[in-house]
Amino acid sequence: MRFVDEFRDADKAHALAAKIAALCEPGRQYKLMEVCGGHTHTIYKHGLEDYLPESITLVHGPGCPVCVIPMGRVDDAIHLASQPDVIMTSFGDMMRVPGSGGSFFDANAEGTHIRMVYSPLDSLKIARQNPDKQVVFMAIGFETTAPSTAMTMIRARAEGIENFSVFCNHVTIVPAIKAILDSPDLRLDGFIGPGHVSTVIGCRPYEFIAKQYGKPVVVAGFEPLDILQSIYMLMLQLSQGRSEVENQYARVVPWNGNLVALKAIGETMELRPYFEWRGLGFISHSALKVHEKYAAMDAELLFQVPGVRVADPKACQCGEVLKGVLKPWECKVFGTACTPETPIGTCMVSPEGACAAYYNFGRMNRNRVAEAGVAGS
Amino acid sequence: MCLGIPGEVIELHPEQPDLAKVNVSGVRRMINIGLLSDDPPAPGEWVLIHVGFALSKIDEQEAAATMQFLEGTGQAYEDELAALKASVIE
Amino acid sequence: MSKSWIDEALAQSELGHEGLAAEGRRQLPLADREQQVLDRIDRARRRRPKVREERVTMSHGAGGKATHTLIEAVFLDAFRNPLLEPLEDAAQLAVGGARIALTTDSYVVSPLFFPGGDIGDLAVNGTVNDLAVSGARPLYLSAGFILEEGFPVADLQRVTESMRAAAERAGVYVVTGDTKVVQKGKADGCYINTAGVGVVERDGTLGVAQAQPGDAIVVSGPIGDHGITIMLARGELDIEADICSDTAPLNGLVADLLDAVPGVRAMRDATRGGVATILNEIAKAADMGVLVSEDAIPVRDEVRGASELLGIDPMYVACEGRLVAVVPGEDADRAVAALRAHPLGEQAAVIGHVRAEQPGIVQLKTAFGGTRIVDLLVGDPLPRIC
Repeated sequence: MRFVDEFRDADKAHALAAKIAALCEPGRQYKLMEVCGGHTHTIYKHGLEDYLPESITLVHGPGCPVCVIPMGRVDDAIHLASQPDVIMTSFGDMMRVPGSGGSFFDANAEGTHIRMVYSPLDSLKIARQNPDKQVVFMAIGFETTAPSTAMTMIRARAEGIENFSVFCNHVTIVPAIKAILDSPDLRLDGFIGPGHVSTVIGCRPYEFIAKQYGKPVVVAGFEPLDILQSIYMLMLQLSQGRSEVENQYARVVPWNGNLVALKAIGETMELRPYFEWRGLGFISHSALKVHEKYAAMDAELLFQVPGVRVADPKACQCGEVLKGVLKPWECKVFGTACTPETPIGTCMVSPEGACAAYYNFGRMNRNRVAEAGVAGS
Repeated sequence: MCLGIPGEVIELHPEQPDLAKVNVSGVRRMINIGLLSDDPPAPGEWVLIHVGFALSKIDEQEAAATMQFLEGTGQAYEDELAALKASVIE
Repeated sequence: MSKSWIDEALAQSELGHEGLAAEGRRQLPLADREQQVLDRIDRARRRRPKVREERVTMSHGAGGKATHTLIEAVFLDAFRNPLLEPLEDAAQLAVGGARIALTTDSYVVSPLFFPGGDIGDLAVNGTVNDLAVSGARPLYLSAGFILEEGFPVADLQRVTESMRAAAERAGVYVVTGDTKVVQKGKADGCYINTAGVGVVERDGTLGVAQAQPGDAIVVSGPIGDHGITIMLARGELDIEADICSDTAPLNGLVADLLDAVPGVRAMRDATRGGVATILNEIAKAADMGVLVSEDAIPVRDEVRGASELLGIDPMYVACEGRLVAVVPGEDADRAVAALRAHPLGEQAAVIGHVRAEQPGIVQLKTAFGGTRIVDLLVGDPLPRIC
């Protein structure tokens, strides 16, 4: 597969691993955060940590839009789906996320009609085929996915589809990164920057990380060589005392982002004053809701949404895992009470969650390829 | 961060300018290219596909540049290894 | 869902920490602390399975963890007897001096008709294959039909004709059956159950529990064709591809394999849950580690493309005409040659080995050179967005 296989080449990985190890200062520990859940997934899926010396630790960040949805919003969605004549459409990732009374799968077993879709546009097809039903799309995702929801809403209006609405749970990445930077629990050396979010928002929004917080950022692609190269670029910056934003994923990410996408978001959505993030608490201006000009498609206005705040189960330490303070296996219930089969929190149930990635792929003894300070040998 | 796959544009929809058919390793799907309306892709160009939408065009030159870096690293590694082997000291 | 099981499990995990004082725990190096957690998880996984849900969900039907838990906690628990315990693809019975294999499967595929076959083909081939991989010569099938009110008779004839042709191809006879009709809205058109009986004529018993370190794991051809075909045939995903189901009777292929390598330890039919599920069954039953190589696993380009597009791993996708065999290491080449000589085994390959390290765990060496675990999925592989 083009643009995929070339970036999974093992020989090039060995070479990069040696270069990375050579840049490690003896005795120094490095903590790099990969923000995206997609990066966490790739890292574990391809066994990338085998190529890193022990002195580099990858810290998993909050960039998993399923993981950060609080239980109360899942309950709200199920409540919406339980209304008469409602068909809810949702991406597959959400189907097993536990609310306080169960997941979407469990709700379907009790009688709701929550259907999995691959694209938000599929909701329009279902709306056209079921004119007597109300189709509500459970919109999740960072800025990567928001434009798709936006275009779907624009299309719905253009086609005069009146039985379609959106339950909007889109969140924005920069406030989450800022919350991490301001957190006293964490000392990070650099960031592996979000890849696909950046195709929409560009690379400029990360400049404050380099300028104000002095941490290097490299926007990275999703193949294992992309991530290794980005780690190399970060280590190079650190060894040269630079802190800049660099774009390793230039083949896909335009520095200025995608203006058409940003305009579509701007037309159909607006920032909420604040939004609750699982584990991170309330963050201001960190999430999107349907714009008042599209009020006829705002599920929160069309239907009554309970909006009850549900506390995470006491045992759940998702918040700390999302902030990178705890590694998945350091959570008290990881692997015992909380497993992919019996998830307590979202980090274990989302395919991009750090706990799911570690449990499903990474839970093993590691034989590392290169040790720090042993350059080229 | 989200699942984005590279695909090659095969043809544009004759009636709907927003739609195009893409090929991913022999699998074909109609996707919406409305987000690229500033610079629509032509057949033969590659795009990044996410939940049924093209998010961005894949810049072949940048891809080649990245590949060159990775290959260069590979070559330098080989050279260094060869040099190391050649310089074995008693 | 009750919360008390969380408290119960928390209490159990606290017990694990009892032996170490808090300071003692902090003084352990990171790698050792991680290893302790991995050991604790291993112990938790070996505990008796319990079904926590109050209602059956779609996950229970996917062939992964949830299915296994349901089977062990509900069915095995109730019916427990030595003939059922091995939970192989067919039960091995001794009846009046003859060795008989008995199996059953129900077919609820939707859509009923798809590229490469239909529910009738699956109903015959699936059961024939379960008998074949158990070392039996398939002989007779029963066929029970549950039909939805309103189902077109023409479609029923089409399905039946497929079954007739498949049975002829496999050399078996449908000797008894049943028909029920349920109201409109149930049975999705048509559900079929087939049970099959075969005779075991070869010496020795097959079983995944017999896998030993050094054994090779062989797959008979490219994986994931059937599951992807069905997913695309549902039409919800708007994806076109030239993929068709690999449904086929494997008894001829199995006979050739057993002729060439009488020492085959075990064979499995790779259906629901895919090759990954079988690898885990081997690791668990034999209490051995399994290491496979991503590079070695045959996957068609289109299956790979569709899987990447949907965010699924082909290793978990169902096949309907592929077998996975565990053979002694020294017989691996002969096994592959025997399979490749048969039209259904053209792309057979060794994909990995059984080993003593990390018992119970399946590891994959990725094309990239790193390693990762391959665990059972909980439910159906779901298309990811993010």
